[in-house]
Amino acid sequence: MLKLTYSDYVAVRAHGEQSYPQECCGILLGKVESDGNVVREIVRAGNTRTDSAHNRYHIAPEELIRAQREGRRRGLDIVGFYHSHPDHPAQWSQTDFDEAHWVGCSYVITAVVAGKANITNSFLLTGSNEEDKKFLDEPVEIEVSNAETTQERGEQ
Amino acid sequence: MNINIPTPLRAYTGGEQTVSVPGATVGEALEALTGAYPELRQNLYSAEGKLRSFVNLYLNDDDIRYLPQKEATPVEENDELSIIPSIAGGY
Repeated sequence: MLKLTYSDYVAVRAHGEQSYPQECCGILLGKVESDGNVVREIVRAGNTRTDSAHNRYHIAPEELIRAQREGRRRGLDIVGFYHSHPDHPAQWSQTDFDEAHWVGCSYVITAVVAGKANITNSFLLTGSNEEDKKFLDEPVEIEVSNAETTQERGEQ
Repeated sequence: MNINIPTPLRAYTGGEQTVSVPGATVGEALEALTGAYPELRQNLYSAEGKLRSFVNLYLNDDDIRYLPQKEATPVEENDELSIIPSIAGGY
């Protein structure tokens, strides 16, 4: 189970729309709890794959170190990552799998269709090493605060 | 020196985020780390003993691949070594 607030969920999807037609990417800081990864903050990252940014992403290790350092200072861990698939399903690809090395972390993918965020899915990387790792479909629970509920109703 | 352990490898360090190890160089510190936590070895190194290609090692803010002495780089007690698996993908 991946838990995140409604505002973080919206922010992840908005990043995908803003980066379209290129892939966006970012880091999920939070806590590993007994029932899953709980996101407390999202950190936007730059996509260093400028050579093929429409279908590839890579986060500079320096950004990961900064996020890890900042998280540690605040009692948070890296619990996952997100990226977008412009005009492509919200399903992990062979490249996503080959390049996934953070076992126990959530990999969130948002399909962005013609510039609009479509489906967002999460996949939990499980296993104990490179040889037996696998992605599992991961339920996503979105925490909606009262203020956000009110705002949403007001917008309708 | 202190070695920062990323989330996926903490299963092999008893949950420790940061491990303090002795050693005069990056290589010696890593040797001390895998000596204390042997299960880390297969996650960091290939069967041939080479650092896995997706594992980044940063001494403070420097990628050790680009340091002139690489793993033989001397370290001080208050230096920080970060193990950072890469993050990439796409379709």
